[in-house]
Amino acid sequence: MSQASLVVNQVGPLALIQDAGRFGVGHLGITQGGAADWIAFYWANWLLGNPLNSAALEIVMGGGLTLEAEGEVTLALTGADLAATLDGEPLAPNASVTLRSGQQLVFQQPRQGLRAYLAFPGGLEAPEVLGSRSCTVREQLGGLQENGQPLKAGERLTWRGNTHQPRTLPEGLALRMPTSGCRLPMVLGSQVASFSGNSLYQAFNTPWQVDNRADRMGVRLTGPVLGGTLKGIVSEGIPLGAVQVPPDGQPIVLMNDRQTIGGYPRLGALTPSACATLAQCLPGTQVWLTPVSASQAQADYRRQFAHWASD
Amino acid sequence: MKLRIETAGMEALMVRLFDTIDVTNMAWILAADHALRDAFGEALVDLLPSYTTLLLHYDCRKLSHAEAQARIQDALTGLTPADTQQGQRHEIPVWYDESVGPDLERVAKRAGISVAELIEQHCQDDYCVFALGFAPGYGFMGLVDNTIATPRLTTPRRHVAAGSVGIADRQTAIYPLPSPGGWNVLGRTAVPLFEHAKRGEPLLRPGDSVRFRSISRAEFEAQGGDTTPMEERS
Repeated sequence: MSQASLVVNQVGPLALIQDAGRFGVGHLGITQGGAADWIAFYWANWLLGNPLNSAALEIVMGGGLTLEAEGEVTLALTGADLAATLDGEPLAPNASVTLRSGQQLVFQQPRQGLRAYLAFPGGLEAPEVLGSRSCTVREQLGGLQENGQPLKAGERLTWRGNTHQPRTLPEGLALRMPTSGCRLPMVLGSQVASFSGNSLYQAFNTPWQVDNRADRMGVRLTGPVLGGTLKGIVSEGIPLGAVQVPPDGQPIVLMNDRQTIGGYPRLGALTPSACATLAQCLPGTQVWLTPVSASQAQADYRRQFAHWASD
Repeated sequence: MKLRIETAGMEALMVRLFDTIDVTNMAWILAADHALRDAFGEALVDLLPSYTTLLLHYDCRKLSHAEAQARIQDALTGLTPADTQQGQRHEIPVWYDESVGPDLERVAKRAGISVAELIEQHCQDDYCVFALGFAPGYGFMGLVDNTIATPRLTTPRRHVAAGSVGIADRQTAIYPLPSPGGWNVLGRTAVPLFEHAKRGEPLLRPGDSVRFRSISRAEFEAQGGDTTPMEERS
Protein backbone atom coordinates (compact mmCIF):
# COMPACT_ATOMS: atom_id res chain seq x y z
CA MET A 1 0.00 0.00 0.00
CA SER A 2 1.37 3.36 -0.94
CA GLN A 3 1.80 5.98 1.74
CA ALA A 4 -1.37 7.98 2.33
CA SER A 5 -1.18 11.75 2.42
CA LEU A 6 -3.21 14.94 2.75
CA VAL A 7 -3.10 17.57 0.05
CA VAL A 8 -3.63 21.22 0.90
CA ASN A 9 -6.33 22.35 -1.54
CA GLN A 10 -6.85 25.77 0.00
CA VAL A 11 -5.18 27.68 2.82
CA GLY A 12 -6.70 29.88 5.50
CA PRO A 13 -5.01 32.75 7.36
CA LEU A 14 -2.36 30.62 9.05
CA ALA A 15 -1.54 26.95 9.55
CA LEU A 16 1.83 26.00 11.00
CA ILE A 17 3.60 22.78 11.78
CA GLN A 18 4.34 22.74 15.51
CA ASP A 19 5.69 20.39 18.12
CA ALA A 20 6.39 21.18 21.78
CA GLY A 21 9.07 23.70 20.78
CA ARG A 22 12.76 24.27 20.29
CA PHE A 23 14.55 24.00 23.61
CA GLY A 24 18.16 24.33 24.69
CA VAL A 25 18.98 26.86 21.95
CA GLY A 26 17.69 30.07 23.54
CA HIS A 27 21.26 31.17 24.18
CA LEU A 28 21.79 31.28 20.39
CA GLY A 29 19.02 33.88 20.14
CA ILE A 30 16.59 31.25 18.86
CA THR A 31 13.05 31.40 20.14
CA GLN A 32 11.15 28.53 21.78
CA GLY A 33 8.28 28.29 19.32
CA GLY A 34 6.00 25.29 19.69
CA ALA A 35 2.25 24.80 19.97
CA ALA A 36 0.75 27.90 21.58
CA ASP A 37 -2.04 25.89 23.24
CA TRP A 38 0.28 23.06 24.24
CA ILE A 39 -2.47 21.39 26.28
CA ALA A 40 -4.74 20.94 23.26
CA PHE A 41 -1.68 19.89 21.22
CA TYR A 42 -0.71 17.20 23.75
CA TRP A 43 -4.28 15.91 23.88
CA ALA A 44 -4.34 15.60 20.10
CA ASN A 45 -1.23 13.42 20.17
CA TRP A 46 -2.52 11.49 23.17
CA LEU A 47 -5.74 10.63 21.32
CA LEU A 48 -3.67 8.92 18.61
CA GLY A 49 -1.30 7.26 21.07
CA ASN A 50 1.60 9.33 19.69
CA PRO A 51 4.62 10.51 21.64
CA LEU A 52 3.31 13.80 23.06
CA ASN A 53 5.92 15.88 21.24
CA SER A 54 4.94 14.62 17.75
CA ALA A 55 4.60 17.35 15.13
CA ALA A 56 1.02 18.44 14.45
CA LEU A 57 -0.75 21.22 12.59
CA GLU A 58 -1.70 24.43 14.44
CA ILE A 59 -4.62 25.93 12.55
CA VAL A 60 -5.50 29.55 13.31
CA MET A 61 -9.06 30.78 12.61
CA GLY A 62 -9.80 28.20 9.90
CA GLY A 63 -10.79 30.55 7.09
CA GLY A 64 -11.41 27.90 4.49
CA LEU A 65 -8.34 25.68 5.02
CA THR A 66 -9.14 22.56 3.00
CA LEU A 67 -7.23 19.28 3.28
CA GLU A 68 -8.01 16.36 0.99
CA ALA A 69 -7.14 12.78 1.89
CA GLU A 70 -5.23 10.55 -0.50
CA GLY A 71 -5.66 7.18 1.15
CA GLU A 72 -7.26 6.40 4.49
CA VAL A 73 -6.01 7.93 7.73
CA THR A 74 -7.18 8.55 11.27
CA LEU A 75 -6.36 11.98 12.68
CA ALA A 76 -7.17 13.70 15.97
CA LEU A 77 -8.62 17.19 16.26
CA THR A 78 -8.53 19.25 19.45
CA GLY A 79 -8.51 22.86 20.62
CA ALA A 80 -10.65 25.55 19.08
CA ASP A 81 -13.96 24.80 17.41
CA LEU A 82 -13.30 26.11 13.91
CA ALA A 83 -16.56 24.74 12.51
CA ALA A 84 -14.66 21.86 10.92
CA THR A 85 -16.48 19.57 8.50
CA LEU A 86 -15.65 16.34 6.72
CA ASP A 87 -17.35 16.31 3.32
CA GLY A 88 -19.77 18.86 4.73
CA GLU A 89 -20.61 16.91 7.91
CA PRO A 90 -19.77 18.71 11.19
CA LEU A 91 -17.04 17.05 13.25
CA ALA A 92 -17.16 16.41 16.98
CA PRO A 93 -14.48 18.39 18.82
CA ASN A 94 -11.68 16.73 20.79
CA ALA A 95 -11.91 13.38 19.05
CA SER A 96 -10.31 11.31 16.36
CA VAL A 97 -11.66 11.33 12.83
CA THR A 98 -11.11 8.86 10.01
CA LEU A 99 -10.76 10.20 6.48
CA ARG A 100 -11.19 8.01 3.43
CA SER A 101 -9.51 8.74 0.15
CA GLY A 102 -10.99 11.79 -1.57
CA GLN A 103 -12.70 13.16 1.53
CA GLN A 104 -12.23 16.83 2.35
CA LEU A 105 -11.58 18.28 5.77
CA VAL A 106 -12.53 21.98 5.89
CA PHE A 107 -11.96 24.52 8.68
CA GLN A 108 -14.28 27.50 8.46
CA GLN A 109 -14.40 30.07 11.25
CA PRO A 110 -13.78 30.20 14.99
CA ARG A 111 -16.88 29.47 17.05
CA GLN A 112 -14.97 28.91 20.26
CA GLY A 113 -11.26 29.47 20.67
CA LEU A 114 -8.75 30.45 18.02
CA ARG A 115 -6.33 27.58 17.39
CA ALA A 116 -7.18 24.00 16.49
CA TYR A 117 -4.65 21.15 16.54
CA LEU A 118 -4.66 18.34 14.04
CA ALA A 119 -2.49 15.36 14.96
CA PHE A 120 -1.28 12.65 12.56
CA PRO A 121 -0.24 9.03 13.13
CA GLY A 122 3.31 9.13 14.51
CA GLY A 123 3.49 12.88 13.89
CA LEU A 124 3.90 14.93 10.71
CA GLU A 125 6.88 14.28 8.51
CA ALA A 126 9.00 17.43 8.45
CA PRO A 127 12.72 18.15 8.71
CA GLU A 128 13.98 18.60 12.24
CA VAL A 129 15.91 21.83 12.81
CA LEU A 130 17.84 22.18 16.08
CA GLY A 131 15.85 19.44 17.73
CA SER A 132 12.38 20.58 16.69
CA ARG A 133 9.95 20.60 13.78
CA SER A 134 8.30 23.78 15.01
CA CYS A 135 7.79 26.46 12.41
CA THR A 136 8.85 30.00 13.32
CA VAL A 137 7.99 32.39 10.50
CA ARG A 138 10.07 35.30 11.81
CA GLU A 139 13.19 33.17 12.25
CA GLN A 140 12.76 31.25 9.00
CA LEU A 141 13.13 28.00 10.91
CA GLY A 142 11.22 24.73 10.61
CA GLY A 143 8.24 23.80 8.47
CA LEU A 144 8.05 21.60 5.39
CA GLN A 145 10.64 23.58 3.42
CA GLU A 146 12.83 24.38 6.45
CA ASN A 147 12.29 28.09 5.90
CA GLY A 148 9.62 28.76 8.50
CA GLN A 149 6.87 29.33 5.94
CA PRO A 150 3.25 28.50 6.82
CA LEU A 151 1.37 25.78 4.98
CA LYS A 152 0.74 26.62 1.32
CA ALA A 153 -1.82 25.43 -1.22
CA GLY A 154 -0.59 22.42 -3.18
CA GLU A 155 1.64 21.13 -0.39
CA ARG A 156 1.35 17.52 0.67
CA LEU A 157 1.38 16.36 4.27
CA THR A 158 2.71 12.93 5.17
CA TRP A 159 3.25 11.31 8.55
CA ARG A 160 5.67 9.06 10.31
CA GLY A 161 3.57 6.23 11.69
CA ASN A 162 0.58 3.99 11.10
CA THR A 163 -2.91 4.40 12.43
CA HIS A 164 -3.55 2.54 15.65
CA GLN A 165 -6.78 2.24 17.58
CA PRO A 166 -7.38 5.85 18.66
CA ARG A 167 -8.26 6.76 22.22
CA THR A 168 -11.21 8.72 23.50
CA LEU A 169 -11.03 11.42 26.14
CA PRO A 170 -11.30 10.16 29.74
CA GLU A 171 -14.84 10.13 31.15
CA GLY A 172 -15.89 13.42 32.71
CA LEU A 173 -13.01 15.39 31.28
CA ALA A 174 -14.24 18.43 29.44
CA LEU A 175 -11.81 20.45 27.35
CA ARG A 176 -13.38 23.86 27.17
CA MET A 177 -12.23 26.92 25.31
CA PRO A 178 -11.87 30.07 27.42
CA THR A 179 -14.79 32.47 27.72
CA SER A 180 -14.90 36.09 28.85
CA GLY A 181 -14.00 36.52 32.48
CA CYS A 182 -11.46 33.69 32.50
CA ARG A 183 -8.55 33.79 34.92
CA LEU A 184 -4.91 33.75 33.89
CA PRO A 185 -2.72 32.52 36.78
CA MET A 186 0.53 34.44 36.96
CA VAL A 187 3.73 34.03 38.97
CA LEU A 188 4.89 37.42 40.25
CA GLY A 189 8.37 38.53 39.25
CA SER A 190 10.94 40.50 41.18
CA GLN A 191 10.26 43.74 39.31
CA VAL A 192 6.68 43.75 40.55
CA ALA A 193 7.81 45.95 43.45
CA SER A 194 8.83 48.71 41.05
CA PHE A 195 5.20 49.26 39.97
CA SER A 196 3.12 51.82 41.85
CA GLY A 197 0.68 50.58 44.48
CA ASN A 198 -2.23 51.83 42.45
CA SER A 199 -0.97 50.04 39.33
CA LEU A 200 -0.63 46.78 41.21
CA TYR A 201 -4.13 47.11 42.64
CA GLN A 202 -5.51 47.71 39.16
CA ALA A 203 -3.44 44.97 37.55
CA PHE A 204 -5.07 42.30 39.68
CA ASN A 205 -8.47 43.79 40.38
CA THR A 206 -9.68 45.00 37.02
CA PRO A 207 -10.43 42.98 33.90
CA TRP A 208 -8.09 43.21 30.91
CA GLN A 209 -9.14 43.02 27.30
CA VAL A 210 -7.30 40.88 24.80
CA ASP A 211 -6.29 43.28 22.04
CA ASN A 212 -6.30 42.48 18.33
CA ARG A 213 -2.55 43.07 18.32
CA ALA A 214 -1.94 39.47 19.23
CA ASP A 215 0.14 36.79 17.59
CA ARG A 216 2.48 33.92 18.45
CA MET A 217 5.09 36.44 19.62
CA GLY A 218 2.99 38.40 22.07
CA VAL A 219 -0.52 39.34 23.11
CA ARG A 220 -1.34 42.90 24.11
CA LEU A 221 -3.78 43.51 26.92
CA THR A 222 -5.63 46.79 27.19
CA GLY A 223 -7.00 48.32 30.37
CA PRO A 224 -5.77 50.70 33.06
CA VAL A 225 -2.39 52.32 32.38
CA LEU A 226 0.26 50.75 34.59
CA GLY A 227 3.38 52.53 35.68
CA GLY A 228 6.16 52.55 38.16
CA THR A 229 9.66 53.71 38.82
CA LEU A 230 11.36 51.60 36.12
CA LYS A 231 11.11 52.76 32.52
CA GLY A 232 13.50 50.33 30.95
CA ILE A 233 15.88 47.73 32.32
CA VAL A 234 19.14 46.22 31.12
CA SER A 235 18.06 43.60 28.55
CA GLU A 236 17.64 40.19 30.13
CA GLY A 237 16.24 36.77 29.22
CA ILE A 238 12.47 36.61 28.76
CA PRO A 239 10.60 33.58 30.11
CA LEU A 240 7.43 32.20 28.50
CA GLY A 241 4.39 34.22 29.55
CA ALA A 242 6.37 37.24 30.74
CA VAL A 243 4.01 40.16 31.30
CA GLN A 244 6.08 43.14 30.25
CA VAL A 245 4.95 46.72 30.55
CA PRO A 246 6.35 49.13 27.95
CA PRO A 247 6.22 52.90 28.51
CA ASP A 248 2.60 53.14 27.27
CA GLY A 249 1.54 51.18 30.38
CA GLN A 250 -0.34 48.48 28.47
CA PRO A 251 0.98 44.99 29.18
CA ILE A 252 2.22 42.59 26.53
CA VAL A 253 2.26 38.89 27.35
CA LEU A 254 5.21 37.27 25.60
CA MET A 255 4.31 33.98 24.00
CA ASN A 256 6.07 31.08 22.26
CA ASP A 257 7.71 33.06 19.44
CA ARG A 258 8.91 35.91 21.70
CA GLN A 259 12.36 37.39 21.31
CA THR A 260 14.81 35.76 23.72
CA ILE A 261 15.97 38.88 25.55
CA GLY A 262 14.39 42.26 26.14
CA GLY A 263 14.41 45.35 28.25
CA TYR A 264 10.94 46.28 29.57
CA PRO A 265 10.00 45.91 33.24
CA ARG A 266 7.78 42.93 34.04
CA LEU A 267 4.98 42.18 36.44
CA GLY A 268 5.78 38.47 36.31
CA ALA A 269 4.96 35.60 33.99
CA LEU A 270 1.76 33.74 33.19
CA THR A 271 1.97 30.03 33.92
CA PRO A 272 2.33 27.77 30.85
CA SER A 273 -1.32 26.73 31.32
CA ALA A 274 -2.41 30.37 31.36
CA CYS A 275 -0.43 30.94 28.15
CA ALA A 276 -2.32 28.06 26.56
CA THR A 277 -5.59 29.68 27.66
CA LEU A 278 -4.57 33.09 26.35
CA ALA A 279 -3.56 31.56 23.01
CA GLN A 280 -7.23 30.61 22.54
CA CYS A 281 -8.70 34.01 23.45
CA LEU A 282 -10.22 36.01 20.60
CA PRO A 283 -9.68 39.78 20.61
CA GLY A 284 -12.13 41.42 23.00
CA THR A 285 -12.12 38.54 25.48
CA GLN A 286 -11.99 39.76 29.09
CA VAL A 287 -9.31 38.17 31.25
CA TRP A 288 -8.19 38.55 34.87
CA LEU A 289 -4.59 38.30 36.01
CA THR A 290 -4.48 36.14 39.14
CA PRO A 291 -1.32 35.77 41.25
CA VAL A 292 -0.23 32.21 42.02
CA SER A 293 2.94 30.93 43.71
CA ALA A 294 5.52 29.08 41.61
CA SER A 295 5.05 25.99 43.82
CA GLN A 296 1.27 25.99 43.41
CA ALA A 297 1.61 26.49 39.65
CA GLN A 298 4.05 23.58 39.45
CA ALA A 299 1.69 21.31 41.39
CA ASP A 300 -1.09 22.15 38.91
CA TYR A 301 1.29 21.62 35.99
CA ARG A 302 2.36 18.18 37.20
CA ARG A 303 -1.29 17.23 37.70
CA GLN A 304 -1.93 18.22 34.09
CA PHE A 305 0.86 15.91 32.89
CA ALA A 306 -0.49 13.05 34.99
CA HIS A 307 -3.48 12.86 32.60
CA TRP A 308 -1.20 11.91 29.74
CA ALA A 309 1.03 9.53 31.66
CA SER A 310 -1.84 7.19 32.57
CA ASP A 311 -3.15 4.68 30.10
CA MET B 1 29.60 40.35 41.67
CA LYS B 2 26.59 40.07 43.96
CA LEU B 3 24.38 37.00 43.53
CA ARG B 4 20.61 37.45 43.65
CA ILE B 5 18.23 34.68 42.64
CA GLU B 6 14.81 35.97 41.62
CA THR B 7 11.63 34.21 40.57
CA ALA B 8 10.92 34.96 36.92
CA GLY B 9 8.20 32.46 36.11
CA MET B 10 6.73 29.08 37.07
CA GLU B 11 9.98 27.29 36.28
CA ALA B 12 12.24 30.22 35.50
CA LEU B 13 14.74 31.89 37.82
CA MET B 14 16.65 35.08 37.10
CA VAL B 15 20.23 34.86 38.29
CA ARG B 16 21.26 38.48 38.76
CA LEU B 17 24.97 39.17 39.13
CA PHE B 18 25.28 42.88 38.27
CA ASP B 19 23.15 46.01 37.97
CA THR B 20 24.91 47.81 35.13
CA ILE B 21 26.50 46.92 31.79
CA ASP B 22 30.26 46.56 31.93
CA VAL B 23 32.81 44.67 29.85
CA THR B 24 34.26 43.18 33.05
CA ASN B 25 30.91 41.46 33.81
CA MET B 26 31.54 38.96 31.03
CA ALA B 27 34.16 36.90 32.86
CA TRP B 28 31.64 36.26 35.65
CA ILE B 29 28.65 35.72 33.37
CA LEU B 30 30.60 33.12 31.36
CA ALA B 31 31.82 31.37 34.51
CA ALA B 32 28.26 31.27 35.88
CA ASP B 33 27.00 29.94 32.53
CA HIS B 34 29.40 26.98 32.71
CA ALA B 35 28.78 26.31 36.39
CA LEU B 36 24.99 26.34 35.98
CA ARG B 37 25.04 24.09 32.91
CA ASP B 38 27.13 21.57 34.86
CA ALA B 39 25.00 21.80 37.99
CA PHE B 40 21.63 21.40 36.26
CA GLY B 41 22.51 18.85 33.56
CA GLU B 42 19.35 17.15 32.33
CA ALA B 43 17.12 19.36 34.47
CA LEU B 44 18.15 22.41 32.45
CA VAL B 45 15.75 23.48 29.71
CA ASP B 46 17.39 26.75 28.64
CA LEU B 47 19.98 29.15 30.00
CA LEU B 48 20.04 32.69 28.59
CA PRO B 49 23.01 34.80 29.62
CA SER B 50 22.75 38.53 29.07
CA TYR B 51 24.62 41.68 30.13
CA THR B 52 24.05 41.38 33.88
CA THR B 53 21.92 38.26 34.33
CA LEU B 54 21.34 34.66 33.34
CA LEU B 55 17.75 33.46 32.93
CA LEU B 56 17.57 29.82 33.94
CA HIS B 57 14.65 27.70 32.78
CA TYR B 58 14.62 24.36 34.55
CA ASP B 59 12.27 21.40 34.24
CA CYS B 60 9.86 21.51 37.16
CA ARG B 61 8.98 17.88 36.62
CA LYS B 62 12.55 17.12 37.74
CA LEU B 63 13.18 19.82 40.38
CA SER B 64 11.07 21.93 42.71
CA HIS B 65 11.43 25.71 42.80
CA ALA B 66 13.27 25.53 46.13
CA GLU B 67 15.60 22.78 44.87
CA ALA B 68 16.42 24.82 41.78
CA GLN B 69 17.18 27.90 43.90
CA ALA B 70 19.45 25.89 46.20
CA ARG B 71 21.23 24.36 43.24
CA ILE B 72 22.00 27.79 41.80
CA GLN B 73 23.26 29.01 45.15
CA ASP B 74 25.56 25.97 45.49
CA ALA B 75 26.82 26.17 41.91
CA LEU B 76 27.76 29.83 42.18
CA THR B 77 29.27 29.85 45.66
CA GLY B 78 33.00 30.44 45.38
CA LEU B 79 32.72 31.16 41.64
CA THR B 80 35.89 32.47 40.00
CA PRO B 81 35.79 34.55 36.82
CA ALA B 82 36.36 32.79 33.50
CA ASP B 83 39.35 33.52 31.32
CA THR B 84 37.93 35.97 28.80
CA GLN B 85 41.10 35.72 26.73
CA GLN B 86 39.68 32.41 25.52
CA GLY B 87 36.91 34.13 23.59
CA GLN B 88 37.39 34.11 19.83
CA ARG B 89 38.45 37.21 17.96
CA HIS B 90 36.57 37.96 14.78
CA GLU B 91 37.21 40.42 12.02
CA ILE B 92 34.00 41.32 10.22
CA PRO B 93 34.32 42.96 6.78
CA VAL B 94 31.74 45.70 6.25
CA TRP B 95 30.86 47.68 3.16
CA TYR B 96 30.06 51.13 4.57
CA ASP B 97 28.01 52.96 1.97
CA GLU B 98 24.97 55.24 1.95
CA SER B 99 23.04 52.78 -0.24
CA VAL B 100 23.21 50.00 2.35
CA GLY B 101 23.96 52.20 5.37
CA PRO B 102 21.31 54.92 5.12
CA ASP B 103 22.15 56.41 8.54
CA LEU B 104 25.88 57.00 7.88
CA GLU B 105 25.55 60.68 7.14
CA ARG B 106 23.12 61.47 9.94
CA VAL B 107 25.20 59.67 12.57
CA ALA B 108 28.37 61.42 11.34
CA LYS B 109 26.70 64.82 11.34
CA ARG B 110 25.37 64.27 14.85
CA ALA B 111 28.88 63.35 16.02
CA GLY B 112 30.31 66.38 14.25
CA ILE B 113 32.68 64.30 12.13
CA SER B 114 32.94 63.23 8.49
CA VAL B 115 31.56 59.93 7.22
CA ALA B 116 35.13 58.73 6.71
CA GLU B 117 35.96 59.54 10.32
CA LEU B 118 32.82 57.77 11.52
CA ILE B 119 33.81 54.60 9.62
CA GLU B 120 37.33 54.85 10.98
CA GLN B 121 36.00 55.20 14.51
CA HIS B 122 33.59 52.25 14.16
CA CYS B 123 36.49 50.09 12.92
CA GLN B 124 38.95 51.25 15.54
CA ASP B 125 37.84 49.39 18.67
CA ASP B 126 37.49 45.76 19.66
CA TYR B 127 33.87 45.17 20.66
CA CYS B 128 32.85 42.62 23.24
CA VAL B 129 29.92 40.29 22.43
CA PHE B 130 27.71 40.72 25.51
CA ALA B 131 24.76 38.55 24.60
CA LEU B 132 22.96 36.76 21.81
CA GLY B 133 19.28 37.48 21.39
CA PHE B 134 16.59 39.25 19.38
CA ALA B 135 17.15 36.96 16.38
CA PRO B 136 19.14 33.76 15.69
CA GLY B 137 22.82 34.64 15.87
CA TYR B 138 22.24 38.32 16.66
CA GLY B 139 25.06 39.50 18.95
CA PHE B 140 24.74 42.58 21.14
CA MET B 141 28.20 44.17 21.04
CA GLY B 142 29.85 47.17 22.56
CA LEU B 143 30.77 49.56 23.63
CA VAL B 144 31.22 51.99 20.74
CA ASP B 145 33.08 55.21 21.46
CA ASN B 146 30.98 57.91 23.12
CA THR B 147 31.53 60.29 20.22
CA ILE B 148 29.52 58.13 17.79
CA ALA B 149 26.93 56.76 20.24
CA THR B 150 23.52 57.48 18.67
CA PRO B 151 20.04 56.74 20.04
CA ARG B 152 17.70 54.36 18.23
CA LEU B 153 15.45 55.76 15.49
CA THR B 154 12.24 57.25 16.88
CA THR B 155 10.29 55.15 14.40
CA PRO B 156 11.84 51.76 13.67
CA ARG B 157 12.20 50.74 10.03
CA ARG B 158 9.81 48.11 8.82
CA HIS B 159 12.56 46.36 6.95
CA VAL B 160 16.25 46.19 7.76
CA ALA B 161 18.21 44.00 5.33
CA ALA B 162 20.10 40.91 6.47
CA GLY B 163 23.75 41.70 7.18
CA SER B 164 23.01 45.31 8.18
CA VAL B 165 25.50 46.66 10.70
CA GLY B 166 24.04 49.19 13.08
CA ILE B 167 24.56 51.11 16.27
CA ALA B 168 22.15 52.01 19.07
CA ASP B 169 23.48 54.16 21.88
CA ARG B 170 26.85 52.58 22.69
CA GLN B 171 25.96 49.18 21.25
CA THR B 172 26.62 47.78 17.83
CA ALA B 173 25.20 44.70 16.11
CA ILE B 174 24.59 42.87 12.85
CA TYR B 175 21.11 41.80 11.70
CA PRO B 176 21.38 38.10 10.73
CA LEU B 177 17.95 38.12 9.05
CA PRO B 178 15.79 40.77 7.42
CA SER B 179 13.60 42.21 10.17
CA PRO B 180 12.05 45.38 11.48
CA GLY B 181 14.54 47.39 13.50
CA GLY B 182 15.39 50.74 14.98
CA TRP B 183 19.18 50.72 14.96
CA ASN B 184 21.18 53.26 12.95
CA VAL B 185 22.43 51.32 9.93
CA LEU B 186 25.97 52.14 8.76
CA GLY B 187 26.78 49.36 6.34
CA ARG B 188 26.41 45.72 5.41
CA THR B 189 28.42 42.54 5.82
CA ALA B 190 28.29 39.34 3.79
CA VAL B 191 29.17 37.16 6.80
CA PRO B 192 26.31 34.60 7.05
CA LEU B 193 25.44 34.87 10.75
CA PHE B 194 22.03 33.23 10.37
CA GLU B 195 23.37 30.16 8.56
CA HIS B 196 25.84 29.60 11.40
CA ALA B 197 23.13 29.97 14.04
CA LYS B 198 20.79 27.66 12.17
CA ARG B 199 23.40 24.92 12.44
CA GLY B 200 23.58 25.54 16.19
CA GLU B 201 27.09 26.95 15.83
CA PRO B 202 26.79 30.73 16.07
CA LEU B 203 29.75 32.66 14.76
CA LEU B 204 29.58 35.14 17.62
CA ARG B 205 29.39 33.95 21.21
CA PRO B 206 29.26 35.92 24.45
CA GLY B 207 32.79 36.83 25.49
CA ASP B 208 34.09 36.90 21.89
CA SER B 209 35.53 40.10 20.52
CA VAL B 210 34.78 41.68 17.17
CA ARG B 211 36.52 44.27 15.08
CA PHE B 212 34.97 45.67 11.91
CA ARG B 213 37.01 46.26 8.76
CA SER B 214 35.93 48.63 6.01
CA ILE B 215 35.89 47.02 2.55
CA SER B 216 35.11 48.21 -0.94
CA ARG B 217 32.01 47.40 -2.94
CA ALA B 218 34.11 45.08 -5.11
CA GLU B 219 35.34 43.12 -2.10
CA PHE B 220 31.82 42.98 -0.67
CA GLU B 221 30.49 41.61 -3.95
CA ALA B 222 33.33 39.10 -4.17
CA GLN B 223 32.28 37.83 -0.75
CA GLY B 224 28.77 37.27 -2.05
CA GLY B 225 27.28 40.40 -0.49
CA ASP B 226 23.86 41.65 -1.59
CA THR B 227 24.22 45.22 -2.88
CA THR B 228 20.49 45.93 -3.14
CA PRO B 229 20.01 49.36 -1.55
CA MET B 230 18.05 49.41 1.66
CA GLU B 231 15.27 51.74 0.44
CA GLU B 232 14.34 49.37 -2.37
CA ARG B 233 13.57 46.74 0.21
CA SER B 234 11.36 48.76 2.52
